[in-house]
Amino acid sequence: MTGVLEAIRAAMPLAGVELVNNPSPCGQHSLRVERKDVLAVAEFLRDRLGYDFCSNVSGVDWPPQKLKETTTKKELVDGVEKEVKTTSERDVPGFLEVVYHLYSISKKSGALTLRVRTGDRGADVAVPSLTPVWKSADFQEREAFDLFGIRFDGHPDLRRILMWDEFADFPMRKDYVPPDDFEYEPTPHDEILAKVKARTEAAP
Amino acid sequence: MLNEELRSDLQKRGIFVASFEDLYNWGRKNSLWPLQFGLACCAIEMIATAAARFDMARFGAEVFRPSPRQADLMIIAGTVTKKMAPLVVRLYNQMPEPKYVIAMGACAISGGPFKEGYNVLKGIDRYLPVDVAIPGCPPRPEALLEGLIKLQEKIAGQRLFGPNRARHADTRDAAEYPVPAYGAHDLEPALNPAVFKPAPARRAAE
Repeated sequence: MTGVLEAIRAAMPLAGVELVNNPSPCGQHSLRVERKDVLAVAEFLRDRLGYDFCSNVSGVDWPPQKLKETTTKKELVDGVEKEVKTTSERDVPGFLEVVYHLYSISKKSGALTLRVRTGDRGADVAVPSLTPVWKSADFQEREAFDLFGIRFDGHPDLRRILMWDEFADFPMRKDYVPPDDFEYEPTPHDEILAKVKARTEAAP
Repeated sequence: MLNEELRSDLQKRGIFVASFEDLYNWGRKNSLWPLQFGLACCAIEMIATAAARFDMARFGAEVFRPSPRQADLMIIAGTVTKKMAPLVVRLYNQMPEPKYVIAMGACAISGGPFKEGYNVLKGIDRYLPVDVAIPGCPPRPEALLEGLIKLQEKIAGQRLFGPNRARHADTRDAAEYPVPAYGAHDLEPALNPAVFKPAPARRAAE
């Protein structure tokens, strides 16, 4: 992964690429690419580094969250040095992310993981489509558009692929509320149990 | 009606007496032509039922018709997604009377494991009058045959005249059910109240 990153930086010093480390035992590190550079980086990966196959495109929803940070400082309190903890909250704005898994069949290597982020989760949800680079991204980018609402600029045929065209929501987003067409559940639990109780109490 | 004793007495002398209804229903129930379509994995079991090992031909239902105009029986074999539901209802509307519906498997009955999802219809009985529901995931071919036999029994008992006449003999029934439209959040309407009569959500005292 670091070799790929160095090759990209050597060829395109201005490209916004950074390594995202995965600290878990699987160690699947990924490359985060700025939206403006992703098409150039993708073409470089395909033509120079031999990443000729895009096996998987998925969307990720990152809703806005409050991040709690605890910092420890050493301060002098009453002449004695003590550790003082201060907690601060920081608002992290939400965004959507597209993840591409690339393999090289000719070099028998992979998977290389590319991440591309949108600006936010509302109006600025466009990223460049990589279908012109890897044809196999076509249907999977349509799926990410369908279920997450990520717009792919330059996609040849960006339509919903699983839901019907008239559908207005994006069901895989964290804040999606499914239609309440629930009538009866033989073994209710959690939220469904709460609904059953509300309905049975409301019924005469 | 003919007395049973007299009927069996006549039968012993080689004279068979039957009502028109019995003859008519006997013919219908032994030549059910299913509509040839499958929606998910239950369709694989339906194909196995029709093939040589289980042999649905033994019950006269082997003639799978590729056109709804020639079919008597609709086997809803598999998950009905909300995107597919209007097409299933339209196919049902295109079938000539008398017509019957078997809901095969957990998904067709209630949505099955996908019940709490956003894209699967929670049972085809929201839009169509289901005659026989076969539980299972998927039901074994024997279960489908059992369901078929249950449907045959139901057909044999149907009356053609009188106040208790069958649905298809009732001219007041339009036999056409409204096809739901694709809405912005769900199918519109989400169910047909004339058809859908759910069990009330009642639980034992907790």
